[in-house]
Amino acid sequence: MTKRIILGAVAILLVIAAAYAAFFIAPQERTMGLIQRIFYFHAATAWAGEMTFFVCFLANLLYVWKRQPKYDWLGVSSAEVGLACITVVLITGPIWAHPVWGIWWTWDARLTSTFVLWLLYVSYLLLRTLIEEPERRALLSALFGIFAFLDVPLVFFSIRWWRTQHPQPVIMGGSGSGLDPTMSKVFFFSVLAMHVLAAFLIVERYVLEKMNSEVDFLAREVEAQ
Amino acid sequence: MSLFSNTAVLLSKELRTEFRSRELLTTTVVFILVVLILFSFAISPTTEESREFGPGLLWLAILFAASLMLQPCFLREQSNDTLSSLRLAVSDPFSIFLAKLIANTLFLLLTELIMLPFFAIFYNVPVLPEFHWLILVLFLGSLGISVAGTALSAISAQARMRELLLPLLLLPLLTPVLVVSATVTVSLFDREPIVKGKGIAFLAVFDVVFLTALWLFGEYLLEE
Amino acid sequence: MPRVPQVPVLHLGSSPTKLTVTPSKLSPTGLRFDGIDKRYGGLYALRRVTFEISAGECAVLSGRNGSGKTTLLRIAGQLVRPSAGKISFPGSSSDSSINARPGYVGHSTMVYDELTAEENLLLFARLQKVESPVARAEDLLREVGLYERRGSLVRTFSRGMRQRIAIARALIHRPSVLLLDEPATGLDPLGITWLANSLRELNSAGCTIVMSLHGESEISSLATRAVRLDAGNVIADTKTGASLHDILTFGAA
Repeated sequence: MTKRIILGAVAILLVIAAAYAAFFIAPQERTMGLIQRIFYFHAATAWAGEMTFFVCFLANLLYVWKRQPKYDWLGVSSAEVGLACITVVLITGPIWAHPVWGIWWTWDARLTSTFVLWLLYVSYLLLRTLIEEPERRALLSALFGIFAFLDVPLVFFSIRWWRTQHPQPVIMGGSGSGLDPTMSKVFFFSVLAMHVLAAFLIVERYVLEKMNSEVDFLAREVEAQ
Repeated sequence: MSLFSNTAVLLSKELRTEFRSRELLTTTVVFILVVLILFSFAISPTTEESREFGPGLLWLAILFAASLMLQPCFLREQSNDTLSSLRLAVSDPFSIFLAKLIANTLFLLLTELIMLPFFAIFYNVPVLPEFHWLILVLFLGSLGISVAGTALSAISAQARMRELLLPLLLLPLLTPVLVVSATVTVSLFDREPIVKGKGIAFLAVFDVVFLTALWLFGEYLLEE
Repeated sequence: MPRVPQVPVLHLGSSPTKLTVTPSKLSPTGLRFDGIDKRYGGLYALRRVTFEISAGECAVLSGRNGSGKTTLLRIAGQLVRPSAGKISFPGSSSDSSINARPGYVGHSTMVYDELTAEENLLLFARLQKVESPVARAEDLLREVGLYERRGSLVRTFSRGMRQRIAIARALIHRPSVLLLDEPATGLDPLGITWLANSLRELNSAGCTIVMSLHGESEISSLATRAVRLDAGNVIADTKTGASLHDILTFGAA
């Protein structure tokens, strides 16, 4: 319990510090102005999201192999936190793009791929709501999660290739491409902060899922009497 | 090897069942036809636009049709619990998947070939130049759709709302196939057709990745 | 004068030219459950089930609906993995090939409605690498009295005929153990008599039979052993002194 509280406190402190750094320490970007500072948040959350999906993949593999419920709990927790990260990325993207380039959405490679990723993990969570029996649900969603994760690099490559066939301005510039040293430091600090926050959220969601599962177990036992 | 002989026996069963009633094939062909016609009503493409957008719409129609066509794949094994008797009879459960995905690929290809003349006429698109490349793209794309679709159909058959679930699981997963196949097909229909080898290679990679995944994890999909 | 319908009987070893089940081909095999648990979420469908059925016995599993009979049979048929414990087949020739698997007759026919009787049996014979599948399928069709309807789609079969094709499918690989889940359901008296005679013949040819039944009937009278399940636990066993009658009618009003 105390470890969780410490983790939560550290996460919140880091995020506040990163926000401060993004607004006050990082130098103003030449062309884009104030709104560019959202980049630290946007890109850092994207990296954290990708990491949580990798954790989800590992949890899925472990469940299929070992069949221990804890891997199922980890899988759903990381998928939900990952989805939240991706949602943030998809929202901050347009918020950044609109004042700078005048458009809300663009079918640029990274944004499009991220959107497909979002759809895949929404499907994963939806699948879970449609299977009642806990062990079936855990197994089938783990298997779908594995297929979905294998699809992710294919999605990114195919969409990037597709976009090179229809040349378009690269809008959401490379994260960390040609960043001034202070900016880099702020960026990596933001990445750290978002990872710790994501870890904290996964832990909390995991604990919640564990309790849920135990209550469900007891409820079924009672029903069986 | 008994995997291949089991697959051959099961494949002949799948084909025999379908060709006896032809219900899957006829409904799928009609469905794609309807979708393509509706697309052209909605967009009213000029000839130039047809050339550019037609292939994308064709592949979209194929995807929609496939997500419907693949529904019965494992559902029909539930009515008399034949999935259990198959599991008892085969030495490698992958043969069940292999037979179904080969059958599904063949059905999809057949549907597409039947559709092609209609597509060429309604959309004024020249499909004959580079025909052998077109067939290759259709084959690799359909194979990818079948592999993913057969696997996901085994999952959705065990969930509620399965009619809506299968397209929901399948369509995002197949985005790479849609995007690449459409792009390659567009350039095949161009005034000066180009064969995009990289795209074709990608489709083959997609097929291999998912075939391998199905081979590794298929037996768990069939667990009770 | 009313014509008495002939009851088709499963004849084993009675044809002078061909024996479809010879005792020497079946290595007498038993069925052993060791500490079988099956959990679905929080629910225990089976709890520490441990007993052994000896080779050649004709055993009945009795119990109310939901007592775990179907689950136990599906575990024995290797369709379901137990959460704990294991099953084994003492006495079976040690190859773990298809032929060592028990035959399984479930609630459904487990054959394809859209195929003919012959096509169905051929399918399963070929999948299981049965020798001379065409001959074997024909023999079985004759044995179960469906030879004349071999070219008809199973969809057109009556309930009794469906039961017969289901049993034919289960026997196609000459199993030494036959599992049946409430095989008498939906059968008329003639069908039940046929089933009883067939099981009797199979059992005397050396096939170990394990079936789940409700109550007493012509079929339960074949039993040389009975086990009662309740809420996933074994509560009575003829091996430990309970009477067959009691086990079959436990608590029935």
